[in-house]
Parts: sequence; C-alpha cells; structure tokens
Amino acid sequence: MTQTPAPRRTPRLWGIHARPGTAWARILAGVPFVLLALGYFIASDIRHRENPDDKLLPTAGQMVAAVERMAFTPEQRSGNYVMLQDTLSSLRRLALGMLLAAAAGAWVGLNMGLFPGMRAGGSAFVTFLSMVPPLAILPVLFISLGVGEVSKVALIFIGVFPVIARDMSGTVLRMPREQVTKALTLGASQFALVYRVVLPQLWPRLIEAVRLSLGAGWLFLIAAEAIASADGLGYRIFLVRRYLAMDVIIPYVLWITALGFGIDWLLRQTLRWLFPWYVAGGKT
Amino acid sequence: MSEKPFLLVRDVYKSYGPRRILDNVDVAVDAGELCALVGPSGCGKSTLLRLILGEEEADSGRIEIEGTPVGHPDPRRGIVFQRYSLFPHLSVLQNVMLGRELAEPLLSRWRRRKEFTEEAMHYLERTRLAESAHKFPHELSGGMQQRVAIAQALVLKPKVLMMDEPFGALDPDTREQMQLFLLELWEAQRMTVFFVTHDLEEAVYLGTRVLVLSQYYQDDRGAVEGVNRGAKIVADYQLPRGIANTASKHEPEFVELVARIRQEGFDPAYRRHVREFNLRHPDSFRTLTADEHRES
Repeated sequence: MTQTPAPRRTPRLWGIHARPGTAWARILAGVPFVLLALGYFIASDIRHRENPDDKLLPTAGQMVAAVERMAFTPEQRSGNYVMLQDTLSSLRRLALGMLLAAAAGAWVGLNMGLFPGMRAGGSAFVTFLSMVPPLAILPVLFISLGVGEVSKVALIFIGVFPVIARDMSGTVLRMPREQVTKALTLGASQFALVYRVVLPQLWPRLIEAVRLSLGAGWLFLIAAEAIASADGLGYRIFLVRRYLAMDVIIPYVLWITALGFGIDWLLRQTLRWLFPWYVAGGKT
Repeated sequence: MSEKPFLLVRDVYKSYGPRRILDNVDVAVDAGELCALVGPSGCGKSTLLRLILGEEEADSGRIEIEGTPVGHPDPRRGIVFQRYSLFPHLSVLQNVMLGRELAEPLLSRWRRRKEFTEEAMHYLERTRLAESAHKFPHELSGGMQQRVAIAQALVLKPKVLMMDEPFGALDPDTREQMQLFLLELWEAQRMTVFFVTHDLEEAVYLGTRVLVLSQYYQDDRGAVEGVNRGAKIVADYQLPRGIANTASKHEPEFVELVARIRQEGFDPAYRRHVREFNLRHPDSFRTLTADEHRES
C-alpha cells in the first residue's frame, strides 16, 4: 500500500508557516486596540457602578463631553478654542525646534563626514553634546533664555541636533569613496561636490533621521511645556492633572499620538514623492 | 616611442603599514594603448590604479601623465569602478551630463543646458542607452549601469580612461558583451585605456598590451621568504589587435599565451629572477636597485 504524503496545509494564524492574508492581517492588527479599549471601558464601568463620581477612569461620555468643551466651545474669557490653541502652539514649537535641529545637524554632519579637518575638530564635541541629558539642562535654559518660546525651542534643538548631526556624518562617511573620486574626475570643485553630489543624497536620510527623532522631540516639548508655559498640549495635560481631569488628559494623549502618527505619515509620503530613487533602494 | 611617454610610472614604492605592496614599479604606456594590468588577487593592481588616479599617494617615485605629475583626481583621468560609479540620485541622462555641467561656470550652465543634453544623448545613443535616458541607475541591469558609467566618463574626453575591474561584478554573458562593447568603442576612438582586472583571459582578449604585476619573483635581496617584497611588473606583452571576436578566445595561440602568463604571474611556486623577466615590449623599461640585482 502506497502512502500518499499529507497535503501541504498553510495555517492562517499559528506557526511560522502562517499566511494571514490581507483581510486577516487587518483584523489581527485591530485586535490589541479593541482589547485595550474593552479592558478600559469594563474597568471604567465597574468603578462607576461603585462610585458615580469616579475621576480615575472616565466613561466615554465624560471624555466626549470634555472634548466638546475643550475643542469645540470657545473659551469664555478669550474666545479661543483651547485645544486648537494648544495644538498650534505646540506644533509651532516642535516644528521650529526640529527644523533648526535638522538644518544645523545636516550642515554640521555633512561637513564632519566629508572633510577630515572638520571631523577632527567637531566629532569629539558633538559626541560630548549628545551625551548631555537635555532635560538636565532644562533649568539652565529657563534661567538663561527665560521661560518664553526660545527656551522650549532650544530644548528640542539641543536634544535632537546631536543625534541628527551624528547620523548625517555617519551617512556621509558610509558613502562609497568611489563617488567622491568619480565626481572629482568629472571636474567637480569641492563646493560642487558638496552641493551636487553629497547633499542631494543626504536629503532622504535627513528625513529619515527627523522621523526617528520626532519621538524625542515630542518628549522634550512636553517636558518644557509642563514646567513653564501658558499654553500647549503638554501644558494643558499638566495643568488639568491638578484636578485629576482624566477626561481631558486621555483625549489629549490620544490626540498627541495621532499628531505624531500624522507627521510621520507626511514625512514618509514626502520621501516617496521627492526621492523615489532612495525609496526603491537605489544605492548604486 | 617618443622621448616622453604618455603615462610614466617610475621607481614607485607603496606600503600599507609594514607591508610593502608595490616594490620599485616602472611602467611606461604610449597614448592610444588599451593597456591591461593583471595579477593575482592582492598583488596591488588596484593600488597602482589608485596611485595613477591620484586617490592615494606613492611613498616615493614619480607618476606623470604627459610629463606632468598626477595630483588629486581630476578630469585628465576618467574612471569606471566595479561599483558605485553612478550617482543614484541622478537619472542616466543627468549622470552623463554631470561632467559637462560641473566644468561650466554657473551662469552659462543654464544657457548651454540644451547643448549638453544633446551631447549626452549622443553618447547615450552610441552606448545604446538612449531609451533608458530618464531611468534612475537602480532601474538598470549591471551591464547597463557600467555602460552608463563609461559614457559618463567619456563625455569629458579624459586623456586616459581608467577602469578598475569594471566587468568584475557581471555575469559571464554580460561580461562578454561588455568586452566587445569596450573594444568597439576603443576601435572607434583610440583613446588610452588603463584596464585593471584579475581575469587573465579578459586582459589578453582586450589588451593591446598586457602588464603582469606579481609578487611571485626572486631577486638578489636574499631568500624568497624573509624579505619584505612587494609586487613588480614581471612580464609585459605586446598583442596584435584586429577586430576581435569571441571565437578568438579558443584559438590555440590565445590559450597558450594565457597559460604562459598564468605561470609567470599567478603561480607562487614559479619565481623567476628579476634578470629573467619577459620585458621585451618596446616601451618596457625598469630600473633595478643594486640590492635587487647584484652584478656578479
């Protein structure tokens, strides 16, 4: 009797041979979110049954009401929409800090990566800067730059700049030496080498570096706003914390997360739109 | 050969750390040659190329093109590397145009853009790449990339086209096509080419002249082991050149020559004395130090 081999079966979920397929993958991606929400609302419900005035785990209705109040009702005194005002202030600080850090980081990193003299002069210092914990010098910034916008932007800059500069100089260093030689044999001056050959290849890496350090940027922003500010998303969260206003804090956190996700998505689209050769892995 | 050779390498030494790579190397190449440099891996072929290219500096000795010492890399020497010759952020056309654009002052660059484009397209047509002009390098096959790299280097009409294992990363078929392509181009333009390869058959097939660089030799400096010896030019062949075809690789003369060079340059057990090197090529010359060759 001949034994027919067992038919090859591809499981949907379990084991290393699993192939979930698009639809299942989407469903699976949603599962942890649903579980988290479910767990939260059950816990919230239990607490509210015991104590209707519970503030720790607000119900969905309470949070909707809070959002209604913060986002869609103008403040009585100034006529501003608080959440919009907070968002704009925070985004302005974040954008300014990240832009300055990216511009300076790219410029310093490029010079350090390409020119051995600049590398000798700068690399120890930039490494030193990157080791300084930015939050530890936040008081210094407040004392020296005041508690206005400058110190918050400066904190983001100081936290993010060394990371980007080091990443950029590493990227330039890893560029094949052949590219530089080739450009020189094509008559490139050192200036042209920087602006025609090295810098254009650096832009997409800069966007990647900004994407990666955005998380750190948010951290510094919220820390600075928490300590001294008159508006901003971080300021608001730490302000309402005094009243245990979890119904405001939770929507704000979700909103910050969504903003971060949106910015990351925008940067990713920019990358694909402006640098198709990079996205396709062009590393000739 | 004229008084001043086109390319002159004289008494060149190069060490990396304690290890000597090039040991009193002398080379003279006439203009219009397709000069192939072969040798076993690690013998210093690429080092010699980098010295001529100006990427690195010799410890001592002279390297001149048309009587002028070579400096840092410049448009006198075009280069095609095995990889990374193309700029990934530029289209094929832009890659080929780049040389002309960089050489032009900023103001007139824009004005002459059309002219440069036409010229680059002309080169692309000649290298049969016109349809790919607007693709990016990563969209091309390896052979096409190397053809673009050759066109890119030729646009500036360099005095010498240097090639460092240009076909080394290609599959055998493409490689053969590229060899034919290079020969056609050379027949048409008679430019000077300095071609480095570890593939002996490729060197003999392409070259009008084959230089063999090898560390496998002996001289009067003492025992085979124990002397910090670098590579020397151990053989120098002049080859007749008609319009080559693939079949010639199987002719007995070709096979025999390849076998002879393999023994002379690639066999660690076969060490000829410096006195006995096969350097009968008319352009061949060398200077030996008293240590290397004692008159007995």
